[in-house]
Amino acid sequence: MTTENIALRVQNVSKKFSRGEMHDSLRDLIPSFFARLTGRARTSSAAAKEFWALQDVSFELNRGEAFGIIGSNGAGKSTILKLITGIMKPTSGRIDLNGRLSALIEVGAGFHPDLTGRENIYLNGTILGMKRAEIDRKFDAIVEFSGLADFIDTPVKRYSTGMYARLGFSVAAHVDPDILIVDEVLSVGDIVFQNRCLEKMNEIIRSGATVIFVSHNLRAIAELCPRSILLEHGKVTASGPSQEVLRSYLESSGREGRRARSKEIFITAVKVRGSHSEGVAFDSGEKVWVDVEMECTGDAEPCSVVLFINDDRQYEIFHTSTEYLGCPPISLKQGERFACTFELDLNLAGGTFYWGVLLYRFNIEKTVDRLFPAATIFVNTLPEVRGVVNPRPRITSFGPLAGIEQGKEAIKL
Amino acid sequence: MRAALQELVARRDLLYMIAWREIKIRYKQSVMGFMWAILLPSVIVAAGIMVRYGMSAISGKAISGQEIAAITVKGLVWAFFAGSLRFSSTSLIGNPNLVTKIYMPREIFPLATILSQLLDLGVASGLVAVVFAVTRVGASWQLLWVPVLLVIIVLLATGWALLISAACLFFRDVKYLVEVVITFAIFVTPVFYDVEMFKKYANLLLLNPLAPLIEGLAKCIVNGSAPNLPWVAYSAAVALVSLVGGFYLFKRWEPSFAESI
Repeated sequence: MTTENIALRVQNVSKKFSRGEMHDSLRDLIPSFFARLTGRARTSSAAAKEFWALQDVSFELNRGEAFGIIGSNGAGKSTILKLITGIMKPTSGRIDLNGRLSALIEVGAGFHPDLTGRENIYLNGTILGMKRAEIDRKFDAIVEFSGLADFIDTPVKRYSTGMYARLGFSVAAHVDPDILIVDEVLSVGDIVFQNRCLEKMNEIIRSGATVIFVSHNLRAIAELCPRSILLEHGKVTASGPSQEVLRSYLESSGREGRRARSKEIFITAVKVRGSHSEGVAFDSGEKVWVDVEMECTGDAEPCSVVLFINDDRQYEIFHTSTEYLGCPPISLKQGERFACTFELDLNLAGGTFYWGVLLYRFNIEKTVDRLFPAATIFVNTLPEVRGVVNPRPRITSFGPLAGIEQGKEAIKL
Repeated sequence: MRAALQELVARRDLLYMIAWREIKIRYKQSVMGFMWAILLPSVIVAAGIMVRYGMSAISGKAISGQEIAAITVKGLVWAFFAGSLRFSSTSLIGNPNLVTKIYMPREIFPLATILSQLLDLGVASGLVAVVFAVTRVGASWQLLWVPVLLVIIVLLATGWALLISAACLFFRDVKYLVEVVITFAIFVTPVFYDVEMFKKYANLLLLNPLAPLIEGLAKCIVNGSAPNLPWVAYSAAVALVSLVGGFYLFKRWEPSFAESI
């Protein structure tokens, strides 16, 4: 066994919660106690109130690995983190940890509003597992990172939410853990601070720490974590390289989005086809056609079709629309269907790309229906381009530059 | 159990920090500041003296300085004990963020309450010690019993504080129950009176594990006589059982704190 290399092992972990109120006071407990004595109660109603937040979750992390956990709200992400940190115990299964753990489940959770920034650094640092002497040593670095030197002797209740989060992250980032757990902290603070957080996280990863990262910021996960798992309704539904897990997450959320639809007009089909390739793999520079079909089930205002492409970090790299291309808004009556086809040159570099389609009303800037990812394609990697786009680079001259006189001539020209 | 103790020792910095925080926020933004440490014991002592004055008026026997000194000692200890139990009831439920979001040995919260109450006791006792030294009350070799008795009192308070803090987390009305018990327990604890006053029922009162300790303290400080050793041993046994039992149950319930709070 290569146990020394394993930082964390989660084996068949399940967690059951009781929904709703439990006995919150003795007064509630006593009747239920007697009910249990007489053999009543504890029937199906109690069982119906239980639900499994996690079911049979297993994964392993090697030392020094950055690992992402993706999932929509209520999928069990926070629960798994709480089990790993030991805040809760699993109903079944086991979790083995190897090393000092620090969790950033909520930045500034240990802050007390009446204490000053300085006092809270000491308080929170100790809560996160640092020794007093260690905090003394790192104090200046923490203050500097937070950028709150001027407010360090102000009670944190006078801080803004952003300042609060900055101080919280600064303390937590300086703990130097073997295993760092980060949950949604990057959604706070301004963009400059968010970038600094990402940088700091990168630094922590490079320093050899094991990092578990839970976030809605898919781009950050894709950038920081080579490997992740996808949690859906408490179960692991995908695991492996982050790009692939992200894709299945986006596909499944697309499906759920469609299920939840109650619109008068909606997209029924989106198909991407090429001139000589079918399916999902295309050649760079190939001509492709995107067929979009829609249907109207009620009275709908006129709308346009927007087509966009996201890269594998979920940056939108391009969008167009029937409106931009000079078509009038589409006006449909109940029961009518409509189709349009975009033709474009796939001047993209190799990689994974996600197509999305919107039905959009430009006059009031309202999205009527959204399908994303409507299709996922792979563009075959070309040896001659790297990056996102393929502007078809060519060499038109190649050779040693002639004498300096001629060089001057060239500049004049 | 051993692992839990080791973890607690490893995180002692956190214990001091949480105790420090409790003290700091209690005295921050308050007009009286550290006077609060003296206020509650003074009120108890004043009430005790009044009760004793009433008793002496009926019996026709004037109260002696010694009696007042004894009430002072008992009042201080009572203030510590009652304060420990009262504040331990909110020690966990008053920190929901820390209980649900960060892992740490949770017994740190009730323990920090005890520490912060000890500081109050220290401040008040310091003052009393000065008064006693000036008025030449006490001062005998029996004073050596004081630390022993105090340790037993602290252990007893800790055991109960652990139980109360956890019970309050699961059942919110335990807090009110504790309030009620504290309010009336002063009548069955020899704070305002001595157990000897009850003659043949004295032993019944001593069954309250705090009674032999409080009586013993007053005796060895004020009268310069040894405490009632068999009864002190009884209290020590109760304290030990409370502490070990309290810690054991606390650790057993701890895993469900985060989801029950």
